[in-house]
Amino acid sequence: MQDDGSSVLLRFRQGDVDAFETLFRTHQRAVFGWALRIVRDRGAAEDVTIEAFWRIHQAHARFDSARGFEPWARRIATHAALDWLRRQKPESTVPPEMLESTAAPLASDAAISAEIRRKTTQALGRLPVKLRVAAVLAVVEERPYKEVAEALGITVAAVKLRVFRALRVLRKDLNEMGIKP
Amino acid sequence: MNEPAENREHKSGLNNDEAARMKHLLQGVLPAVGDDAEPDRDLWPAMLRRMDEQSVHRAASVPWFDWALAAGLVVFAAVAPRTIPVILYYL
Repeated sequence: MQDDGSSVLLRFRQGDVDAFETLFRTHQRAVFGWALRIVRDRGAAEDVTIEAFWRIHQAHARFDSARGFEPWARRIATHAALDWLRRQKPESTVPPEMLESTAAPLASDAAISAEIRRKTTQALGRLPVKLRVAAVLAVVEERPYKEVAEALGITVAAVKLRVFRALRVLRKDLNEMGIKP
Repeated sequence: MNEPAENREHKSGLNNDEAARMKHLLQGVLPAVGDDAEPDRDLWPAMLRRMDEQSVHRAASVPWFDWALAAGLVVFAAVAPRTIPVILYYL
């Protein structure tokens, strides 16, 4: 099994399209899930997944098998997703339907009014992309700081700093809109 | 003289309770995607289309340095027309 995996990675590195297809089919779900966590829109996550795999295909010769395919793919997908977010209008990046459809709401969510949801979503949409992505991955998705750091290509300390700054800016923004979290 | 600690925290950043409340609010407002998300369709056909489009585009496009070389030759021929037979002889 391990040998098969190594052989596929080796052939991928040499530019073999069949090996690329095998990797695509094996990892498309993980890459899509990661992209969805960042862009929070299923259609956009599909586009980002294809863009990420296109970049992966282009960069096959630079792949370092010692570092593993999935972390590398996640990092490329993160950059593709960041590029997608930067192309969007500031407040259109968290579609309202996504708030309802991604998962069943927690029991405690009932206490959060529609007004607070709307304003918090707006405030989140106004955050700089780098801060927003760090906060969403680390706080909302509860991904380990190390994983977020690897995906963003920064240190764990830098992720913690971005999350802290994101929460601080959000709190200030919400306070100005009359919401005391 | 000294500001209350609460105010200092408010000005300088975020205390632990505020951070916890902000996290709770965000988790309540934005549901986590979780590990079960998968695309609604197989994305491989779209990937293949993307690869085909790029290869056609690449084959059809002429690199900029080819255009620059052609432009240089035209300019050279216009400036020194007597060199045209010499250039053609050496081609």
